[in-house]
Amino acid sequence: MLIDVHAHFYHARTPRADWRERNDSRLAAGSKIGISVHVASILGSFGFTSPTYFPSPRDVTAGNDALLALQHAHPDRIRGYVCVNPNYTAHARAEIVRCLDAGMIGIKLAASRRADDPLLDPIAVLALQRRVPVLQHIWQHRRGDRPGQEASDAGELCTLARRHPDVAFILAHIGGGGDWLHSLHAVADVPNVHVDLSGSGVDGGMLEACLASAGVNRLLWGSDITMDTAWAKLRYLETLLSRDDLALVRWKNAARIFPAGAFPAD
Amino acid sequence: MRTDCNAFLGAYPWRKVPGTSPDALVKALDRTAIDVAWITHLPSLFWRDPTEGNAWLYHTARAEKRFKPVPTVHPGLPQWEQVLADAANGGAPAVRCDPLYLGLEPAGGEMRVLAAACGAARLSLMLAVRLEDGRQRHAHDRVGELPAAAVRALIRSDPEVRLLVTHADRAFVEEVHFGSTPEEARRIWWDICWIWGPPEDHLATLLDTIGVERFVFGTGQPLRLPETSVAKLDLLDLSAEKRDAIESKNLQGLTA
Repeated sequence: MLIDVHAHFYHARTPRADWRERNDSRLAAGSKIGISVHVASILGSFGFTSPTYFPSPRDVTAGNDALLALQHAHPDRIRGYVCVNPNYTAHARAEIVRCLDAGMIGIKLAASRRADDPLLDPIAVLALQRRVPVLQHIWQHRRGDRPGQEASDAGELCTLARRHPDVAFILAHIGGGGDWLHSLHAVADVPNVHVDLSGSGVDGGMLEACLASAGVNRLLWGSDITMDTAWAKLRYLETLLSRDDLALVRWKNAARIFPAGAFPAD
Repeated sequence: MRTDCNAFLGAYPWRKVPGTSPDALVKALDRTAIDVAWITHLPSLFWRDPTEGNAWLYHTARAEKRFKPVPTVHPGLPQWEQVLADAANGGAPAVRCDPLYLGLEPAGGEMRVLAAACGAARLSLMLAVRLEDGRQRHAHDRVGELPAAAVRALIRSDPEVRLLVTHADRAFVEEVHFGSTPEEARRIWWDICWIWGPPEDHLATLLDTIGVERFVFGTGQPLRLPETSVAKLDLLDLSAEKRDAIESKNLQGLTA
């Protein structure tokens, strides 16, 4: 069993003319890698009719609908995070309820609002009520504002996680850009923050640092938009970990924080 | 046969990196079924005279038959021509010069003279676009990335020069390749380490649009996991012949 906790799919109302090919490519690569379940999100229209990281409520709903359709088309392989924009609190909460009721299994927060902002509290409360994890987009050690996003870093996510100690948070793509060592130091003593290993970064020493800081029980395997790097990290982990510990990273840690029954062998 | 044309030995100044010793590199080669590694002495890229690392490099390569030395040349230092001659005599498959790390204009007069000398000596010139993701670099690590324009300028500067460019992404490769004449483009080889696989499929696209013959297997290890370049190829539906070309045969054109 192998669960990819950080995947994305596209749909017709995005800027990408090749959206079908990219979706097909992910599933085909997933078959080669041996991915059992892709846990994915769609960030609104990915910039087509509102910004990727500041999606309008209408685009949020359309993106979630597209993902629900994919989940229904591939019930054995795709699960969804409901993506929301916390600036629209009522819409975000309603969308979470709607999509979880429809079968999604987690909440995706991108970069519409800083992770330590009080506007994220109502979402975390709902995550606790529904017992679903929150995947938070992270810029590892954000040293300033980045154009096009109100990105958070690990320190800000940890502030939110400390306010909601019973909610499972996932720190997104440790290899996705920025100083991952800063993030790993930040999460070391925050037990409800899990580290998603996805991202294009494949730095020598990064996985050893993840194990040293978060420990094997808080690591989650994922790909984001580079599946080759994800497979490489998995292969390297096979040389670092025992079979039992590897199973934790491959799927057991995910099965523990997602709702019961979210995955086939769960 | 699999040859990694883009490997390093020695410590990196900006962060802790495991596996930088010759023994550790051999273990990594075994782990990833890589037969041969072209190696550069990493610390000396940051020295005022980077060629001071070359003696150690040659010594290390002589002691391990799976290593091929890629010494660093600094065309702004006196007697750099001797460094080039030593490389040719020492069996180096290429020489390396990363101009921005050396404080040189990337397509300035010194680099053009070096390019011409490499062409005359039938030694390929290796350049890295970057060594590390720009979003994570140390606060003091402010060296810019190699511009694509510099690669275009260098390949035009001498009809004999052959370039091996490492750590380039799809956009960079396309800009240089389609910004060069077919004759110029045939004298440039690209390592695959920084080119994305699925679902974006940048590597598959480039193999289709530019041609398998322009790409070679490189990893950037130990700064990067060497498993990545192997995984990229495993995710492609390549014939054995094309895969062999990327993993070893295309380097013959670079070193002929």
